[in-house]
Formats: sequence, C-alpha cells, structure tokens
Amino acid sequence: MSKKILLDKINVPGIKTYEVYRQNGGYASVEKALKTLTPDEVVEEVKKSGLRGRGGAGFPAGMKWSFIDKKSGRPRHLVCNADESEPGTFKDRFLMEYIPHLLIEGMITSSFALGANLSYIYIRGEYMWVFKILERAIAEAKAAGWLGKNILGTGYDLELHVHCGAGAYICGEETALIESLEGKRGNPRIKPPFPAVSGLWANPTVVNNVETISAVPWIINNSGDDYAKIGLGRSTGTKLISASGHIKNPGVYEIELGLSVDEFMNSDEYLGGMSSSRPLKAFVPGGSSVPILPAELIFKTANGEDRLMTYESLSDGGFATGSMLGSGGFIVYNDTACVVRNTWNFARFYHHESCGQCTPCREGTGWLEKILWRIENGQGREEDIELLWSIQSKIEGNTICPLGDAASWPVAAAIRHFRDEFEYHVRFPEKIKHRDHFVAEPFSQVKHLVGKQTV
Amino acid sequence: MKVTIDGQSIDVEPGTTILQAARMIGGDLVPPAMCYYSKLKGSGGKCRCCLVEVSKGSEADPRPMPKLMASCVTGCMDGMEVNSKSSDRVTEARKSVTEFLLINHPLDCPICDQAGECDLQNLSFEHGNPKSRFIEEKRTFEPENIGPNIQLHMNRCILCQRCVQVADQLTDNRVHGVLDRGDHANISTGISKAIDNEFSGNMIDVCPVGALTDKTFRFKSRVWFNKPYNAHRECTTPGCCGKTTVWMFGGEIQRVTGRKDEYHEVEEFICNSCRFEHKDVNDWVIEGPREFEKDSVINQNNYVQKLEKVQIDTEKNILLGRDIDRKKISMAEIPLNNNNKNS
Amino acid sequence: MERKHYKQEINMTEALMNRINELISHYPEDKRKSALLPVLHEVQDAHNNWLSTELQDKVAEILNIKPIEVYEVVTFYTMYNQKPIGKYMFEFCQTSCCCLNGAENLMDYTSEKLGIKMGETTPDGMFTIAGVECLGACGYAPMMQLGDFYKEKLTEEKIDQLIADCKDDKIILHDK
Repeated sequence: MSKKILLDKINVPGIKTYEVYRQNGGYASVEKALKTLTPDEVVEEVKKSGLRGRGGAGFPAGMKWSFIDKKSGRPRHLVCNADESEPGTFKDRFLMEYIPHLLIEGMITSSFALGANLSYIYIRGEYMWVFKILERAIAEAKAAGWLGKNILGTGYDLELHVHCGAGAYICGEETALIESLEGKRGNPRIKPPFPAVSGLWANPTVVNNVETISAVPWIINNSGDDYAKIGLGRSTGTKLISASGHIKNPGVYEIELGLSVDEFMNSDEYLGGMSSSRPLKAFVPGGSSVPILPAELIFKTANGEDRLMTYESLSDGGFATGSMLGSGGFIVYNDTACVVRNTWNFARFYHHESCGQCTPCREGTGWLEKILWRIENGQGREEDIELLWSIQSKIEGNTICPLGDAASWPVAAAIRHFRDEFEYHVRFPEKIKHRDHFVAEPFSQVKHLVGKQTV
Repeated sequence: MKVTIDGQSIDVEPGTTILQAARMIGGDLVPPAMCYYSKLKGSGGKCRCCLVEVSKGSEADPRPMPKLMASCVTGCMDGMEVNSKSSDRVTEARKSVTEFLLINHPLDCPICDQAGECDLQNLSFEHGNPKSRFIEEKRTFEPENIGPNIQLHMNRCILCQRCVQVADQLTDNRVHGVLDRGDHANISTGISKAIDNEFSGNMIDVCPVGALTDKTFRFKSRVWFNKPYNAHRECTTPGCCGKTTVWMFGGEIQRVTGRKDEYHEVEEFICNSCRFEHKDVNDWVIEGPREFEKDSVINQNNYVQKLEKVQIDTEKNILLGRDIDRKKISMAEIPLNNNNKNS
Repeated sequence: MERKHYKQEINMTEALMNRINELISHYPEDKRKSALLPVLHEVQDAHNNWLSTELQDKVAEILNIKPIEVYEVVTFYTMYNQKPIGKYMFEFCQTSCCCLNGAENLMDYTSEKLGIKMGETTPDGMFTIAGVECLGACGYAPMMQLGDFYKEKLTEEKIDQLIADCKDDKIILHDK
C-alpha cells in the first residue's frame, strides 16, 4: 500500500461525524497552527511542501497564498472551490461526503494562515446533499469551539459558511466563482486584478480546490519538508484520481505522485485493468479538458520512458505526444468507444457551459459542436476536419478565461491522434449510422478502408 | 511612462490602457473596439477585437506576454512594447473574432438602420472574409418589444453589454440585462417591459451594431442620405447636456443622436426628450454641419475624392446561366463575346 | 426574447422565511445579494421545484435588489426551472463517461417507458425527464439526479423500481 494522506482514515467507521474525526486526531493542525505558529509560518510550511493546486492548473499553493494583499488592510477571504464539474472528476465530492471535517479543518488552518476571518466553501448546487452534510459539519465544529470568536482562546476569529451554486461549470473558474458567490451570473472577470488583490466583494481573496485545502492539515501536523519527500520531483505529495470509463474498478484513489500509469491502470490495488476483454484504445488523464492520448502513448512517452502519474511525465512531449494531469479525471476508453462521438459529447458540454461573455468561446464552442454532430451523424464533409482544426485554433488563447482552451484542446487532440477516425466518419456515413457503430465492428477492423477511399 | 506601439512611442500616465495610448497616437495602429466604451465603467474585454501582442512586458520585466492581450483592459507599463497592426498574429486573431461575430449575425445590412454607421460593418470591411465557412443554421431569437422608442433586434446583437452599463450608470432602475447563457445569452427585460427611463435612448447610441435602433427613425432613410448638423437647445432634463447631432433630410430633422467622436463614442449623453420629442427645426439652435470622417459612408456621397473605376469580377459559373437563357429566348445564333463553349 | 408566462401560487411560509433569513445572515449586512443563489434554491424547493416571475420578484424584494438581477441569475444557472415541471424530475447525466457506460440506452429506455421525450413532462404531472451535463459521478455511471440526491450505477431494473417508488410516494426529494 502506498502513502495515504487524505484517505488514510476513510475506512474508520463513523469518520463522517465530529466525535470520531476528533478522536482520530482531527483538528490537531488547528491547535498546532493557532497556538504555536504564526500565519506566515503556516504559509512557509505550505510553500516548502511544494503542494500544487489540485483543481487542474497545478499552481503552487503556498506561492498563491503569498500573493494575497495584506497591505491594503481590507478584510481577506479564503474561498474553497468545491464546484467540481470537470467531466471525469468526482474526487472532491468523495472527500466532502465521507470525511467532511477534513476540509473544515483545512479551511480553518488555511484561513488562519491568510488572516481571513470570513471564509466560504462554494459547492456546486447539484451536490445538494453534500451541501447539507457540510452545513451540519460546520455547525458541529462551531459547537465544539473550532469556529466563531476567539478560537481556542487565541484571539483568532473565523466564520465559515457553505454556499451553493446552481448548475454552471464555469463557476469552477475562480473569478466566475467569486461572481457567483456575490449573487451574480457566473461570468469570469477580466484579469488583472487577480483575486489576491481584488476578489470577493473587492477584498483580497484566495480560491483553492477542496483537495488542496484538505492536504494542509497533514502538512501542518507533520511538516512541509515531510510532504515534499512524498512524490517525485516537483510533483510532491499524493493526488486523488477519479477513475471512470471502461475499467474494472472505477472510483476515487489516492496515489503517491510518481506511480506509473501502467501500475495504476493494471494493478488490482487500483483500477484492475479493463472492464472487459475489449482492448484499451485511448485515455484522458486529467478530465475532459486535457488532450486525449492513444493507446501507444499511454504507458510510454514518445521517447520510450515509462509514463508516470506526475504533472511532468503526463505532459511530457507537449501536446504533440503528451497530455496533462489536470484535475486527475482519469477516463479510459476501450475499442467500443468512438473518438468522434466522444469529442462531440465534450464539445456539446463546453457549448452548454460557455458563459457567453466573450466572442470566440460564445460563438466558437457552438460551431465546433454543430460540425462534430454532423460528422458523427454521417453528414460530415472532407473539409470539416480542417475547419474544426481552424476553429479550435482560433478560440484557443483568445478568450477571457481558460474555458476556451478547455473546449479547444480535446478537439485538437482528437484530430491529432485519431484523424483517420474522422475521415472514416466522413467517407463511410452508412457505417456509422448507429451510435454504437464500433461495438460490433471496432475501428481497428475497418481502419484499412479509410486509406483506400479516394475523395 | 513610455510605451511603444507599432514602433511609435508615447508618454502616458500610469493607469492608461494600451488602447487609450493607441488612441492618443492615432492612425492605423488603433485597435478596433466593439465593447469598450471610455464613458462606461467596466466596459471592455469581452469582444476580443482589440487583441494586441505585447512583445515586451516592461522595462522591469521585459518578457513578452505569451497570449494576445485585450488592449482595452490591459494597463501600460513603462517600457512596454506592443504590436498592433504590425503583427500577423494580431491580424489573424482579429480576423478570427470577426468571423465568430459574423457566423450567427443575420447579415441583413440592406434592411438595417445601422448600416453605414455600424462598427461591425467597419470591422468586417477590414477583417472579414467575403466567404462564410459557416454552413449551419443561424441562431435566432424571438422578438421582444421594449417600448415605443427603441427597437431591439436581438439577432444582430454582439453582447457587448454597453446598453446594460448605460442602464446601470445613467439610471437608477435598470430593467433589462443579459439573460440566459452561452450562445443563447440575450439582451432582454425578461418580462417584455418597456425600457422607458429618461436616458434609455443612449442605449441606441452606444450600441455598436443594429441591435438597438431608434424606432422614431425606423426605415425613414439610409444614414448616408441624411446630413448631420451639430445643434443644441436649452434642455431642462437634469443631467442632459442638450448638445446633439440632428440628422436632416432637406428641412426635416429625421433623427437626433448624441455627438460622436472619431471612435463613435458620444461626447456627452442626452435625454430621451431631446432625442425623441424634438424633431422640429425650431426646437434647435443649429451650429453648423458636422465634419465627416474621411472614410465614412456618408462622405462617399460627396464625390470629392477621385473615384477608382469599379471592376466587377463576376464568377464564371454565373455567366454559364446566360448561355442557357440565351437559348431560351432564341438568340442562340448571336455569339457571346468570350464564351464559345456551346456555340 | 419574449418569454411565456406561467401562473404560480406563492406561499412564503414562516419556516421558509426563517431559513431565508438564516442564509442571508451568512453574508455581511451590506452584501445581501450574495445570498441569492442559496435563497433561490430554498424558495424553489418550497414551490414545486420551479420559479415564476412573481416568485423571482418576491426574492428580489426580500434581498432588496432589482428584479432584473434575479432574472439574470435564474436564466444563467441550469438548476432553476422557469416553468412548471413534474413532481419527480429524472435528470440523466449525458456527458462522456456516463455514455461510455450506457447512459444513452438508459435514457431511451426511460423515455419509452414513460412515453415522453427528453425535456418533456408526463400528462399527469408526475415525471419530467431530461438529459443534463456532467454531474460529477463519472465512476458510478450511468446515473441521474432526483431531487437533492444522486441515483447511481443505474440499470433498467433500477429505473423500473424508481418509477414504482415514485408512484408509491416512497421517494424523498429534499434533505431537510
């Protein structure tokens, strides 16, 4: 068994409740931080740990904390991003549902580090039952004296509340999340100013993912250096991976960063291999936004090294032959899956979730979806593949927030690695009429037809 | 602070945006702006037309910025170097944004009252592709009546949100906003309510396209057949400057608007009373004709510059039809000049 | 855009108002608007799971904001329903990972079983079915949301059972 930091107590009966959580060493980090450390020392430990943001971008958490504006004298806020909506990702919900006090403990310790006296957990509206779990857990923590005025007699005050969204992927973007928390439409803000200077109600704000904040108690209880020893290189610590698709054991796993993709995929401790006898075709390592990779680039990088579960190894080769760790949404496809259909599905998702504020994303995501729908339904034209490529390249990098990039990358990667599948759809519309077209006749069996057809 | 745009340097105050600096320099390097409006707080950043390349961040941190930046919301830094018209990347991005803005646009300029003074028309003229790559069905919206003075054509809207900012910043009771989301986002009151506060007419002036037009001027004239004169009156509405442009056809005032500068922004906002209720010449002190912009459609009527001979390149396939028609009307024996294929 | 108007009976009970005031208390005194999203959820849950214009106006009044600010928000987020819907709304996740595990077939099955298409409501007002985007349960696919809860690893048999339970009034929709 490898190192567990977040889920080490997940199997303790009753760990959901305050009493059991406390009996198992819960809230120790709050005691330690408030009584023996200064806020800056907490920040320093997190910096030393090398902990990187677990929401997808992988930005060093301690560094993000150090940007918060303390000079202005305005009230500061910590906001936890629990708007988990990236297709393929469901790890935060697992943490909050089964060990809610871990997040609350992390919120208190982290808020102390930032000097925040009013903090929020922003949870997606669909997780309504988890919202209620957190509400009750916060009430328990408050009753036990971990929240409120003069916590542990140290003079530190903190109010923590949970706030629910109402169905918008874009609210996972930190400035859209802040807008939504202010009771507005989830339109991302123009940056700069960054939230660290002007965030919630124009106050300095840090927004962190659930998993990031949940790792803080361990770092404070042990040390930043101890955390940095776990993992590999700049990918320190452990990471929750949400695994789904055509695998034997889907679910949430805590892995030590540096584990090989091969072991994660095939060992019984983790995914246990494929769900059926159908062979592996492709995978997405970090949620729908990151590039899909074909079978031959999954276990080995382009230059023949073992592919590892680290930020660096998964992006080895750039977008040409690599992908990204992202939020850790590990989606596995066997050969019954159609890459074109899957790409259309993702494109529909991004079209549906675009906020509509800036031009390239508002107009481009819908266009991508319409073309992909035509190709998948046998009305594709040969030039549509180039058109798709061109549209995605025109969206990428030209939008206010990263949703434009997130919508472009899956399309680009699908064409880059599975172009022949697109050509097959365009050239043999009769063969792809049924949506399960590759179930009876996998692409590997008909691939040879693509080259023979002259257009 | 010194900033250099397309090789031209200028000293600016801290807090100046790249777009403002470019406008101070003037000329071709000024990025187009569809959503930014200097008189409206919080405008800009949305349309992405004004993207520029920052090739040097500042003297202190000379690294180039990896992404193109929206010049209207990016502040100048000392020593910053910016490429606008001189950059192929920028040109390419502007073309892309123009294409995106046009795919769902109805392209109904021939019946649009904004035609001739439309920023989207100007943008397409410079950056548009004459051929559309969009073969899907265009998005449309159910029409909504927002009162007797303002016509809302949602299908033409580019969601710059200037009209929302006008309502927020000029009035104290905004009744319209952006509803729905993504490519279905639309300007609406949600309840088909008339937008009738005293300054609502300014929504028309700030609208860069034909989405909000003057109902009292609807289909009256093409803008280039009107002669604009600056005029003023003693307006009693608090907050109204009373200084306008009146658009005349012969002795008749067909339309009243705010006075716009070279970037099509009004100099000062005017009230609805001036705009909609004073169409009699005797209501106004006419100051004199406005200067035309050199390249404006209105100026094309003056025929002062030398006109190039218009070359019409008719597509070959169109001419094929003539052959068929010629046979139908029994003129087959008369040869056509440059088409011997069927004879 | 012209919108259709639907009538709704408004009943702001004391319990509901208490809950609303509690939610408002989570934000600074001068930031009442911040409570908008949670308040709309509560109000919707107490009003047959939809929000008429009048009800939205009522929320605007409580939070001391303009009605348009509420309309803007209600139309942006997918979880607020702007017209009457069935008592039980089956919201199937139709994003990639669920589709890999048969979500589309299951949606077809439910649609056929209830005799309505996606997005429609049965004539008796009992069921509405809809396809929605990723609900964050990719490892437990196929799945759907019903009220405040998720129903996961669905099969045709489980759908049959759910429909039967709904008809027998055995389903709890909200966690109060």
